[in-house]
Amino acid sequence: MSNQDPVWILGTSMTKFGRYADKDLIDLAAEASLGALDDGGVAMGEMDILAAGCLYEANGGVGQRLQKQLGQTGIPVYNVANACATGATAVRTVMMAIKAGEAQMGLAVGVEQMGKMGMLGADRAARSDKQVFERKGRFGSVVGVEGRLGTNMMPGVFAQAGMEYAYENDGVGFEQFAKVAQKNHEHSTLNPLAQYRKAFTLDEVMSSEVIAYPNTLLMCCPTGDGSAAVVLVSDEKLKTLPREQQRRAVKVSASVLTSDPWTEGCQVQPDVNTLTRNAADAAYEVSGVDPADLDLVELHDCFATAELRHYDNLRLCEPGGAGEWIDKGGPWRDGEIPVNVSGGLLSKGHPIGATGVANLFEVATHLRGEAGDRQVPDAKVGLAHVIGLGSSCGVHILERSGL
Amino acid sequence: MGEQTAPDETGPKQISMVEYLKLGDEPHLVANVCEACGASYFDRRNACAACGAREFSTERLANTGEVRTFTIVHRAARGVPAPYISAVVDLDGGGRVKSNIINIEPNPANVTLGMRVRLATYVTATDDDGNEAVAFGYEPAAA
Repeated sequence: MSNQDPVWILGTSMTKFGRYADKDLIDLAAEASLGALDDGGVAMGEMDILAAGCLYEANGGVGQRLQKQLGQTGIPVYNVANACATGATAVRTVMMAIKAGEAQMGLAVGVEQMGKMGMLGADRAARSDKQVFERKGRFGSVVGVEGRLGTNMMPGVFAQAGMEYAYENDGVGFEQFAKVAQKNHEHSTLNPLAQYRKAFTLDEVMSSEVIAYPNTLLMCCPTGDGSAAVVLVSDEKLKTLPREQQRRAVKVSASVLTSDPWTEGCQVQPDVNTLTRNAADAAYEVSGVDPADLDLVELHDCFATAELRHYDNLRLCEPGGAGEWIDKGGPWRDGEIPVNVSGGLLSKGHPIGATGVANLFEVATHLRGEAGDRQVPDAKVGLAHVIGLGSSCGVHILERSGL
Repeated sequence: MGEQTAPDETGPKQISMVEYLKLGDEPHLVANVCEACGASYFDRRNACAACGAREFSTERLANTGEVRTFTIVHRAARGVPAPYISAVVDLDGGGRVKSNIINIEPNPANVTLGMRVRLATYVTATDDDGNEAVAFGYEPAAA
């Protein structure tokens, strides 16, 4: 095993995203995990490592609780939390163990149970005002800053990220952002695993309730429950497995994680762009894949305004040309590079810990030619992207086996 | 730390809602500026996030600038009046700040990217002793 050898996805699975009042977090994680093991034709006893990604119960020993459902084999368990990149970080944890030669096979699972919290990151309680003013915190504030000194809630932060792109580039406005949501809701009608499967007209998207202009309700992702899992295997081990398992295996050609480097404005408004560009550029370099080679992309459309920026950040369109690109249909499933054929976070859903694993499931399923009604024809190479505010970005490039 | 202007020694006072807003005859913002690279911060830093240097000086920022991006928040945090305009402002001479655009109807037709603005203050809350917290926002200014 050389650390230059590729790591492969041997098995993968996800639960339908939605709301599961009758199940708990561990039920969901177990369902995805057993699905991934079965899909890969392997058993828990063959796993050398387990990484469990979950944000809201990050201190809850999710990995060890999951072992009680799958098999307590004594292997190392890593419980991982890294904002919306939690799932991608769990996958990378297993990958690094394989690259380091400590493991031949491992299971990475992402899971979240958010229940009915409304849309992502909105409507949190404000800090209550003090009875007598007293300076507190790093800004020495005497009252809550949210809503007084701008907004730091997600719908507004990502609205501002989108409007900044409009400030820097021509041909970008409310309508271009709304087209992103129109596309992803339409795409989701073909995905049986999506939380929502309803198409809306552009007019319906633009005239739905304004949450944080230009993001309307239909341009914000929901909260929900769900889990996704992958079994990773070393190149060396894969070669010992039956040919059918080798044929269905999907090559991880690049796996990159970045954080946000210092930029001028990032102290007051999170910069979701630089770290995404850095991760994408590194992934293209490592894999030798060119953006024009991509047959599909699953990217982090937590809000419609974010997706538009990421066309540019991931080099899917001409620099500054994201507005024009969606106007001409570039990211639609029959366009130049299909983006979020799963329905994306906007409609497939965004149970946070599961998201970064679920987009690997989606890309891998297309590369295997097993995506059913939503299959992108003859898909050979795809990219999966997640970003968590704070910030953390994961980019994976996957390729089919060629067998 | 923040200056307080008091009608008398014992009565209620005005206090800036954050330490980097300085009150007085001409309210303005201050930042901790890295002496090595000039990066600016509104909170305290152990070392500069841009270059790692550890020496900072306090500098006054301009009261004028232009709107780099904005959003109009309709579904706000509990207790926050909505809708309101949140914006990031590029200050003349350097520095970037997030706050509300005030003294204007929160309507997309009234805000343009690149719009000239200037700092304005207002009382945002009063405590049980009658002390007033003063907030800052930006209002439209002639180009």
